[in-house]
Amino acid sequence: MQMMQTKSGPTFMNAMMAKDLAVTTFIAFSLSFLLVGFQTLALQGQQLSYINHLGDVAWSVVLVVLGRYGLLVDREGAHRITLVVCGVAAIYLIGSAVAGLAEVTWYAMLPLPFAQPMVNGIFGAGAAILAVRAASNMVTRRATMMSVEQREAYETRRNRLNRKFSQTVGPIMVLLAIFMPITPWGDRGRVDTLVVILTSVMLGWGLNIVVGLAGLLDLGYVAFYAVGAYTYAKMSIGFGWDFWQTLPFAGLFAAMFGVALGFPVLRLRGDYLAIVTLGFGEMIRIVLLNWTDFTSGAQGISGIPYMDFFGIPFIREPQEGQQSFAKLFGVEYSLDHRIYFTYYVILCLALITNFVTIRLRKLPIGRAWEALREDEIACRALGVNPRNTKLTAFGIGAMFAGFAGAFYATRLGFIAPFSFTFDVSAGILAFVVLGGMGSQVGVALAAIILVGLPEVTRELQLYRALIYGCAMVLIMLWRPRGLLSHREPTIYAMPAKSRFFGLWK
Amino acid sequence: MEYLLQQVINGLTLGSVYGLIAIGYTMVYGIIGMVNFAHGDVFMIGAFNSMILFLVMGSLGITWVPLQLLVVLVLAVIFTSVYGWTVERVAYRPLRGSHKLAPLISAIGMSIVLQNYVFLLQGAKPKPLQSLLPGGIQLMQTEDFVVQLGYMQIIVFATTIVLMYGFWKLITATSLGRQQRSCEQDMKMAALLGVNVDRTISLTFVMGAALAGVAGYMVTLYYGSNDFYMGFVAGIKAFSAAVLGGIGSLPGAMLGGMLIGLVEAIWSAYFAVEYKDVAAFAILVLVLIFRPTGLLGRPEVEKV
Repeated sequence: MQMMQTKSGPTFMNAMMAKDLAVTTFIAFSLSFLLVGFQTLALQGQQLSYINHLGDVAWSVVLVVLGRYGLLVDREGAHRITLVVCGVAAIYLIGSAVAGLAEVTWYAMLPLPFAQPMVNGIFGAGAAILAVRAASNMVTRRATMMSVEQREAYETRRNRLNRKFSQTVGPIMVLLAIFMPITPWGDRGRVDTLVVILTSVMLGWGLNIVVGLAGLLDLGYVAFYAVGAYTYAKMSIGFGWDFWQTLPFAGLFAAMFGVALGFPVLRLRGDYLAIVTLGFGEMIRIVLLNWTDFTSGAQGISGIPYMDFFGIPFIREPQEGQQSFAKLFGVEYSLDHRIYFTYYVILCLALITNFVTIRLRKLPIGRAWEALREDEIACRALGVNPRNTKLTAFGIGAMFAGFAGAFYATRLGFIAPFSFTFDVSAGILAFVVLGGMGSQVGVALAAIILVGLPEVTRELQLYRALIYGCAMVLIMLWRPRGLLSHREPTIYAMPAKSRFFGLWK
Repeated sequence: MEYLLQQVINGLTLGSVYGLIAIGYTMVYGIIGMVNFAHGDVFMIGAFNSMILFLVMGSLGITWVPLQLLVVLVLAVIFTSVYGWTVERVAYRPLRGSHKLAPLISAIGMSIVLQNYVFLLQGAKPKPLQSLLPGGIQLMQTEDFVVQLGYMQIIVFATTIVLMYGFWKLITATSLGRQQRSCEQDMKMAALLGVNVDRTISLTFVMGAALAGVAGYMVTLYYGSNDFYMGFVAGIKAFSAAVLGGIGSLPGAMLGGMLIGLVEAIWSAYFAVEYKDVAAFAILVLVLIFRPTGLLGRPEVEKV
């Protein structure tokens, strides 16, 4: 730091930087040369062949090295240059990517590094990150120079802001969700998309209990979702029960699976839990795929009864003596009735999940979860039983996944093992992580953005998982506690001020 | 009996692959105490690197098999190690000292990124590669069954044994190995005594990735079919192997790998082949319940 102050201005090249750039060139080349440069083709009846894209390799290396140079210059103190150059590059690349996705004709005329618009967009996003970084460095003059007190104050301010944001946005979102179907924009297709989004929100909230509150990394959450879905499918077809009779069982079975899985592994370290749940999710999928007598294997189960109005089905032509929704209310039959009802059901289920979570937080068990998350050894010393406490979190989280699974089965009327892969678990985890672990509004926002956005263009769906992955890494680097987190425990033994300055100083 | 012997040979081949991947898990766990979820995908990238290198070598007209084998091995290892280094540098190093879930989540993100990187660039279809060295030695023959040790299997065993010996020497007899072991015991103290901790951790990842690259190379040679999803299941199994052998222990990882490979081969031969992944995973759970320290591991004491 002192050396920097004595310097007259930023250096634009010295031996250190040259070496750094040389290393970057090597790394970028090694990462891209084989996988980007040679696209292998497995054509039917032919030997494996390839086409080369060495131009793409060259562009990737050049852009990565330029980006690294921008970062180095920024580190030297020339924030403005980095900001302007990267900003322009970001706008150009992202703009052209958006134009390309929207199939604007002039897009093809622009000189662009890559043929796929999304790839340009990804590099543009990289440039944007650099630009934002430079801008924030310009404003704060490097966050590392803040003193401990300043940082504490900054964190407190940010937490308060986040909480205020959540408190205002939350109710607005609920109101919007309730009245959305009766607004002019609430057509059937859009409501159907909203149903998908709300299912994700509900799953995110359910997983938030496990990951956000109790701090247990569950990577096999989709297994409980699958258990719920298959429970509903088997029970409704086998016993002829309707949705409302089966729902409690779906939750119960999922919770039982959760407890059965959690029992042996929850006394172990967190990382073990993560990989065991990962394996468990995979195991459930394999069993569903191969236990053909029970699950019909890869073909899946079809003909699952759709959503009913508390036991009264939504059908066009009820048989003799059978009630139907349209007949009961004396209205014309319309498919809309079922879809809108389905929408309100998932909205209720999601809000119940949210409500239960918020209430649980304030109960002794919720306090114990948060305490366990923060410090397990201290908890044990104070007489909290870690295993039972964790099992409760695991079981309750699994139960909500079971509900969501039953809902999923009744909405589509068809389930198959390929709907329950690890990607789904990873997606749900992405909502929780991005939104801010423990923050209900954050999880909902993340789910809305991450699920809603790919519905806009098909092209984005291909890149969806890549974006999830990148976002997970970036958020961890940037704000390890999530975007909207106020993850500090909800209760303190002492008021905040004395805790910081009285206890620790 | 002959059938069983054949399964044992196949199982040990598979086990060598798992063992090599498991070493990467166990070393990283030993030194920074985290499960490197992206490791299975580094293995997958190693397999793709080898496959592309074989193709390119073939099209360049280098067809002398020993030269091809050697050059591809060396290059694949180099290219794959860079991935290991990058993953650590980008996703884990900035998070050192952060709360305990952060590096795990970042690792999962990295795993998804690597998978989709390959998926987007190379497509979703499995890529079959013709075998370079078909055939093998007939060990035993009865009227209806021939026990065969393939040339590829000999290469796999030889590479594994040479690597294990070299690696063992590297860890026990070089200054790098000493630094690595010192960081494993007490990172702060090692730093105070002048060990460059960051560099040592980076090198640990590079070594792990290099071995995963070798494993990928072997899989490409021996099975000859790669797809972008292969790292996921292989990763879980290799991690099971590391836990079975006792996480943190290098010989344990190799032993665990061999056992998992054997169990898988024998399970597929005598029981239901579609449940072979479940079998490997059941071992993981059983070990965790009955012997969390694994076969050769030390008990772990959690300190405040």
